[in-house]
Amino acid sequence: MFAVFRDLIRYNIEFAIGLVLVSIIVVFALLSFFSPVDPSLIYITIPDQPPSAQYWFGTNSRGQDMFWQLSTALRNSLSFGIIVAVISRVISLTVGLLSGYVGGWVDRALMFVNDIFVAVPIFPVLVLFYFVLRNDMNSFTLALIMACFGWPFDARLIRSVALGLKHREFTRHAVFAGMGTRKILLEEHLPYVMPIVFSTFMNNMLWSIGLEVTLAVLGFTNINNPTIGTVLYWANSHSAMVVGVWWWIVIPVILIVMTFLGLFLLAVSMNEYIDPRSRLRRMGA
Amino acid sequence: MTQDLLKVDGLKAYYQMNYFGVTREVRAVDDITMTIRKNEVYGIAGESSSGKTSFIKVLAAAIRPPLRIVAGSVKYDFKSGPIDVATASPAEIEAVRWRRLSYIMQGSMSVLNPLRRIGKTFEDFAMRPLGLTGEAYRARILNHLERLKLPADVLRAYPHELSGGMRQRVTIGLATVCHPEFVIADEPTTALDVVVQKEVLGLIREIQQDMGSSVIFVTHDMSVHANMADRVGIIYAGRLVEEGPTREMFFAPKHPYTAHLVASLPRIGDTTQRPALEGRPPNLADPPKGCRFHPRCPLAVDKCRTEVPPLETVGKDHRTACWRWQDVQPLVSPHAAHGVMA
Amino acid sequence: MNSYLWFVGKRTLQLLAVIFFGVSATFLVTHLSPISPVEAVLGRMTARSNSAPEAIIAMRAALTELYGVDEPILNQYFNFWLRLFRGDLGPSLLAFPTPAMVLVGRAMPWTVGLLTLATLITFVVGNFLGGLAGYYQNNRLLKAFGIVAIGIQPVPYYIVAFILLIIFGFLWPVLPISGGFAMNVIPGWNWPFISSILQHAILPAASLVLVGFGGWFLGMRALVSNVVTEDYVTYAELAGVEHSTIVNGYVIRNALVPQLTALAMALGGVFSGTVITEQVFNYPGLGSLLIDAVNAGDSTLVLAVSTVSVTAVALAIFIVDLLHPLLDPRVRAE
Repeated sequence: MFAVFRDLIRYNIEFAIGLVLVSIIVVFALLSFFSPVDPSLIYITIPDQPPSAQYWFGTNSRGQDMFWQLSTALRNSLSFGIIVAVISRVISLTVGLLSGYVGGWVDRALMFVNDIFVAVPIFPVLVLFYFVLRNDMNSFTLALIMACFGWPFDARLIRSVALGLKHREFTRHAVFAGMGTRKILLEEHLPYVMPIVFSTFMNNMLWSIGLEVTLAVLGFTNINNPTIGTVLYWANSHSAMVVGVWWWIVIPVILIVMTFLGLFLLAVSMNEYIDPRSRLRRMGA
Repeated sequence: MTQDLLKVDGLKAYYQMNYFGVTREVRAVDDITMTIRKNEVYGIAGESSSGKTSFIKVLAAAIRPPLRIVAGSVKYDFKSGPIDVATASPAEIEAVRWRRLSYIMQGSMSVLNPLRRIGKTFEDFAMRPLGLTGEAYRARILNHLERLKLPADVLRAYPHELSGGMRQRVTIGLATVCHPEFVIADEPTTALDVVVQKEVLGLIREIQQDMGSSVIFVTHDMSVHANMADRVGIIYAGRLVEEGPTREMFFAPKHPYTAHLVASLPRIGDTTQRPALEGRPPNLADPPKGCRFHPRCPLAVDKCRTEVPPLETVGKDHRTACWRWQDVQPLVSPHAAHGVMA
Repeated sequence: MNSYLWFVGKRTLQLLAVIFFGVSATFLVTHLSPISPVEAVLGRMTARSNSAPEAIIAMRAALTELYGVDEPILNQYFNFWLRLFRGDLGPSLLAFPTPAMVLVGRAMPWTVGLLTLATLITFVVGNFLGGLAGYYQNNRLLKAFGIVAIGIQPVPYYIVAFILLIIFGFLWPVLPISGGFAMNVIPGWNWPFISSILQHAILPAASLVLVGFGGWFLGMRALVSNVVTEDYVTYAELAGVEHSTIVNGYVIRNALVPQLTALAMALGGVFSGTVITEQVFNYPGLGSLLIDAVNAGDSTLVLAVSTVSVTAVALAIFIVDLLHPLLDPRVRAE
């Protein structure tokens, strides 16, 4: 495992860049645990200070130190992405493996539902939920709703691999050895699809963080919970660009672009390395 | 009078790979010299990963990195003039493709574009080299299909609508429609059932005799060689270890590996245990010293482990690369070998 | 032909199911909303003028009947379908008493136009360049495109639209950044109006194209680099088939089949992107309408926009799906 990691850094420039970007982002987000100020308070420093030695990222019109504000915001955005990714991975794994292995009407029913979820445009749905829930819409609820829409693509991918595994020798052995469906799926098939789970994990994070930013900027989330999106929301509502407080917008945009590029590069390069086909071959197919 | 159509001289072709910073070299074709005559069917046999596929890829001028020609020449003497495909420019090779040199690829399912009707594929492949259009072209194609015993409406079909045997006949049709002088056939009958296989082989032979072209025929199936080839060459670990007229190869092999291949053929009524060959084919990235067959050879002596045997002439058209060729005994009675050749 | 009809039938069933479930879910979610449309309208109407209490009560009764909210939810659901077939979901709150469907009808062409334009450009250009990049893997310019695609592809729609807005709104103001057309032109078939529409469409379309391009480019590049190793391509090359025929007829065409499936699957996401882009550029389409409706607490309009967009996206996917067997004869045979 370690050797793979070292090879990737040395020979895959995309992986190296991605790793550096993500490391910077993660370290910055982790700093928020040592924040000297409460990021939910407003008017605690002088407003509208440009970046300086004292305020590295400046301060905003609400009197918040942008450095600590963004650190917390980034942490919240990242953990939001991770929650959505974990939940939707569980759903897509369950659906994909079951559908591929059991087949028959179970497969047809699950894929039918799958196709419906693919066809529904997610954004109006999220807006709809906000419309109904309003202030009850905390980030966990939002994460849950997004997870319910973030699985169908990957479930299809996992299903196609599971379909191939079903006809392999070792599956038949397991069946004749009296292994139950649950045990076969968890112990025999799960390891094969883990690479897909890892690389789609990051893509899913990208997707959910991006959607959260979008919703937040429009004011359709809990705007008092600092995330990258809500920081931009407040900047817009104070017309930051017009009044010349450019750092309020430019710095979060740079941070989000760094996060996205980093995660994307990691996903792409890992995908190349642990392509399920080459992995199957290496496992002695 | 026989005349040489293809001369391969000292050919070496290696796979040179660079994977995550580690360079690997696989000597797939390692010093092969042979000739193929006009109007001849030459069979090449060998196990999988013996380098036989790489060898014919070089003959077909179909090599792509990481496979590279390292040394040697591959000279054809076509009616349009001689050409060495090891050094010829892409344009020169383009000029002989399909008109002179054609190829029947392994796996009839995957060699036809699944989204194109057979007729369209024929147009792509044959219209330009034939230099015909309109009715003349159509007549030529229909005439050719008839010879292949294919119905004319096959042209309107997509590959997935045809049976395996039909598809294979279509690919043979594609390869022979321009009456090439040299046809390379790579495992044209694997994955076909025995009856269809026999039919397809008969067809290749028939068309070859019609056109008077040369065919190089690759398969690991010795019984196919017995029925098809004028001469057979055996490739082991990237080298030609023996070649000779088909009958001699089956009745009096002069290399222990050939003897083994012939003996491993199934025969009706024979229930004796066959001697299995120990070990596995050598790793071409790191082949054994001396004769490459020695780790698996029942006759191996010390000399075999250190010195590479040269290809010596041991009879008319018969060459072998073995230090102990005089001691090689056929592992099967001539009577049994007859059964295969019938 | 028979099998194609069978295929169409299967897809139609799926389309109807998607629309049914989608629309039903939309209905349910909006009716769980704590905001009563009747009270919202009343609040709005009585805010500015002093109405007599009797008048308010009479109006409440009239509005309750108009929205049909006093009936059990099952009846409301049934009525909702009836009204949907009649194309009238009731008056909007945002522009009372204009029917919600009229507002949707006005916004629809803008979104459909923007979406179609952007998707077509993205799909064609992305696949064409991606296909070339996959075939000519050593071309420097195409490699550079790949790097740009990797850089832009993961950035969310909102951020790209926003960056364009900053560049062309503040740093280099040459393009209109707001609205569907300029105020000083007369709508109709005249050149100033059309050119104004086109100019106003540039930035919203560009942001959609920029984000979408990368996905198609990278996807097509990967597909093509797989297809070129297929036996039928090697075989055609060995046969000396004309180069352009191989690139177009063997490589790109075959790689397009999975891309068409991907297009169907991406449409929902592209629609979401359009909603956001419209909001950023104040484009008078469905997205802006939806957001205005949410902000105004107009449940009828929210319901109308959601219903129409779910149906429209499902229909678009259906149409793309129908093209699939025409491109791939194997689907017809299934």
